[in-house]
Order: sequence, then structure tokens, then C-alpha cells
Amino acid sequence: MIEPVIIFRNVSKSYPQYHQITGGFKNFIFHFPKSMRAFKSTRYESLKDISFEVRKGECFGIIGRNGAGKSTTLGLMAGVLRPTAGEVIVKNRVSPLLELGAGFNIELTGRENIYLNGVLMGMTRREVAKKEKEIIEFSELGEFIDQPIRTYSLGMVTRLGFSVVACLNPELLLIDEILSVGDMQFQEKCLYKMLDFKQKGVTMVLVSHSIVDIESICDRVMWIENHQIKMIGITEPVAKSYFVT
Amino acid sequence: MKQSVRYLLDLIIVLTQKELKVRYKNNVLGYLWSVANPLAFAFVFYIAFKTIMKIQMENFALFLIAGLFPWQWFANSISSTPTIFLSNASIIKKVNFPKNIIPLTIVLQDMIHFILSIPVIMLFMGIYHKPIGLIWFIGIPILLIIQFMITYGIALAVSSINLFFRDLERLITILVTLILYFTPIFYPETMLPAKFAPYLKLNPLAPLIVSWRNLFLKNELDVTYLMISFGYGLLFLTLGYLIYRKLYWKFAEVL
Repeated sequence: MIEPVIIFRNVSKSYPQYHQITGGFKNFIFHFPKSMRAFKSTRYESLKDISFEVRKGECFGIIGRNGAGKSTTLGLMAGVLRPTAGEVIVKNRVSPLLELGAGFNIELTGRENIYLNGVLMGMTRREVAKKEKEIIEFSELGEFIDQPIRTYSLGMVTRLGFSVVACLNPELLLIDEILSVGDMQFQEKCLYKMLDFKQKGVTMVLVSHSIVDIESICDRVMWIENHQIKMIGITEPVAKSYFVT
Repeated sequence: MKQSVRYLLDLIIVLTQKELKVRYKNNVLGYLWSVANPLAFAFVFYIAFKTIMKIQMENFALFLIAGLFPWQWFANSISSTPTIFLSNASIIKKVNFPKNIIPLTIVLQDMIHFILSIPVIMLFMGIYHKPIGLIWFIGIPILLIIQFMITYGIALAVSSINLFFRDLERLITILVTLILYFTPIFYPETMLPAKFAPYLKLNPLAPLIVSWRNLFLKNELDVTYLMISFGYGLLFLTLGYLIYRKLYWKFAEVL
């Protein structure tokens, strides 16, 4: 039995309806009893009693319709959200990014953003400096690297984002719909890099609507529907039944 | 997640650099702006109080600057903190890292601007032929720490609460203006009518600003004022941290 890296034990997540109070003090005070009651009684349930494990070195896919709870699951893995009930355990040093280029600042240059991104993920500046050259090379951005990224195209930003993640020797990769942006050539390069990671034993969790992508790299897949696990197991059968519905 | 001191330090450095770079793309001009604002303020009040209302005070320009520069640090930090988590929403929602670093970088950045503006105060001291005492070397670091504690404590509380009650921002704007006039910046604390004088210490900023000014103008450090300010510093830092700790894990939900 390979040790699990991510463990979800009976995890539920529900959100209060914050818009009841983000209207501000003025609103909240003038409608106090109503606001309070509304705030306490209405909660939005995003995940209901979910349990699963992701093993070390495996590529784990998550599929499901919009609003089924995929993003919440990733958020819980990244440690950005806390479960309402149950337990989430993630054994990992570097904190994973939920989105490529998360925290990029458009006024900073590509190079500056590499540092910003790397440090946010939990690395020291020295560790990032060692990888700087490799990241720039992988991104193929050339002299654009010293331009503010507001001058970049969406594809270029994604490329930089993936390059940072790819070169920082991650132990765990959380990927939310990346392969949809960037040109074909770079998509292929990403896919190749991910297969490379797989060989090196990097654990990957991939959220995607593209069954093709999922089928080409994932070992196991979890299908979430109506905030619960509908099916979980090796890729092929799950992907097939998902495709049928 | 590894949270060594080295890593936290790097995080603070990188985020502070980011703020500085984003705010002023040119560093030299950026410095001029940070000094220009309090100087313009001082100029306006000089005209209002000295030229028009004829306040009887020597070295009034120097007097104004000595109080306005540290005030500017406080006011700038507190005015920009309410929205600071909102404008960093993309980071907070996507990466797990100690979020209290964000208000910290704002306060640090304004502190750096204040430190850089101290030479301007020294310049004015020279113009008015005032001596600069050795006590500055003890006084400045102590007051910097105290003001940092007060400002960061309030910043933590305000930035956390504003996520949940987003009109706090407007309240803060009003409060900052009120405190500006209730703090002896344009007038010496001795001008306060006797019956109001005891209440002065209730204003958390008053003992601090008076201490800064006495240090700059008179080369004096009043221990009572220092102790009161330090007390406020501890109080706000504790309160701010407790509020932040209670709320921080909900940030990603509410943003």
C-alpha cells in the first residue's frame, strides 16, 4: 500500500451567505434581527460527507458539472478553505497554488513575478533564484521577461505561471483547467512535463472538463455530482460513465 | 508548510518590494511624493494658522512638520488597510500563506517612507538653528517600535473586519480625520483648556505624536508618555491579532 498524501475524512463544507452582512454595518444594524436570522439559517452546502485518499505519486482527476464542488475540493486541498466538518490532511511542504499565476501582479515584470509567486508558494528567495534561469527558459518568453506582465497576452501569462510551478520541483501539483489556454505547442509541452512529473513521482490533482486530458494522464478519477462522490476509481470506467450522462 | 524565519522574512521582503514597485514605478520620484504630501499639508496649515490666524508660536513650520510626518505614516497606513485584503483577493483565494503579512507590508512600507523623511526634519532643524541631540538615536527606534505596534494592531483589525462589513472603510476615513484634529499636531498640547487636558491621554495617538515632537524639537523623551503609548501599542496589537485569528480562515470564503 502506497502512503496517501491527501486524506479527506467525512469532509463537509458549507458556506454562510455572506452577502447578508457584506452590505455593511449600516445595513446590518438597520435590519439586525432579520439579518441575523438569515445569516444563521441559510447556508450553502458545497460538499457533503466526502471521503477519499490521493496516494503518493498518483495522478488524480476530478470531474463533474459546474457548481458540483470541484473547486471547493481543490480549495480544501490547498489549505485556503477549512472544512465545516470532517478532516483534511495534506502532507506536503510547499503549499500548492490553486491557479496558475495566482498572485501575479500585472504591474511587475515577469521576472519579479517569478519571485513573488515562488515565495508565496513557500520557497525562500534563494531557492527561487536557483531556478530562475530554468523557469525563464521553459517559459520561452525571451526578452519579455523584463516587461510588466500587463503587456502579456493571456497565453503568455499562463505559460509563465506553468513554468514557475513546473520548475520549482513540486511534490504536489493542483491544476485547475490549465490546458485550455496557450497554443497547441505549449499545451503539448505542458502535457509532456506533466508526464515527466508522473515518472518522477510527483502527486498531481487535476480538475478538468476535458475528458481527453483526464484520460491521457490520470490514473484515477473522482466524479463529483450534487456535492457528493458519484463514482471513484481507475480512469477508464469512470470517464466512460461520465461521458454517457 | 515550512515556516522558518528565513521564509517569513523573504515573504515580507518580496511583498513590500511589490507594494513599493507597484505604487511608484520610479523609486526616486516615489520618495519625493512621500515627502511632498506632508510638506504640502504643513504649508497649508502654516498659511491658515500663522499667516491668517496669527498663532503666537516660534518656529511654527518646524513644529508642524515634526508632528505631521509621523502622523502621515499612521494616517496613510490606516487609510489604505481597509481594502488591502480585497485588492489581494486573488492571492488569498489561491495560495495558503500567512495573510497577516499583507497589512504588515503596508505598515512597513509607510514606516520606511517616514524614516526616509526624517532628513527633511533635520534640514528644517538646520534652517531654524536647532541642535540635534544624541537622544535621537535612542528615541527614534523606541518611538518607531511603539508606533509600529499601534498602527499594525489597528491595521490588522480594520483589514480583517472590513472584509465582512465593507462600509467600515468609510467609517475609517471619518475617524482618521477626526483623530487628526483631536491630536495636538497643529497646536501644542499646552494650549488645551484645562478641563479637557486630562482627556488628551484617551486619544491613543496624542501621547505618541507629542513624544515625537518633543524628541525632534526639544531633544526630550517623556517616560510617562512613552509608557502610555507603549500600553496602547500592546493593547492594539493584542486586539488586532485576536480579531485576525478569529477571522482569517474565513477570508477565502467571503472574498
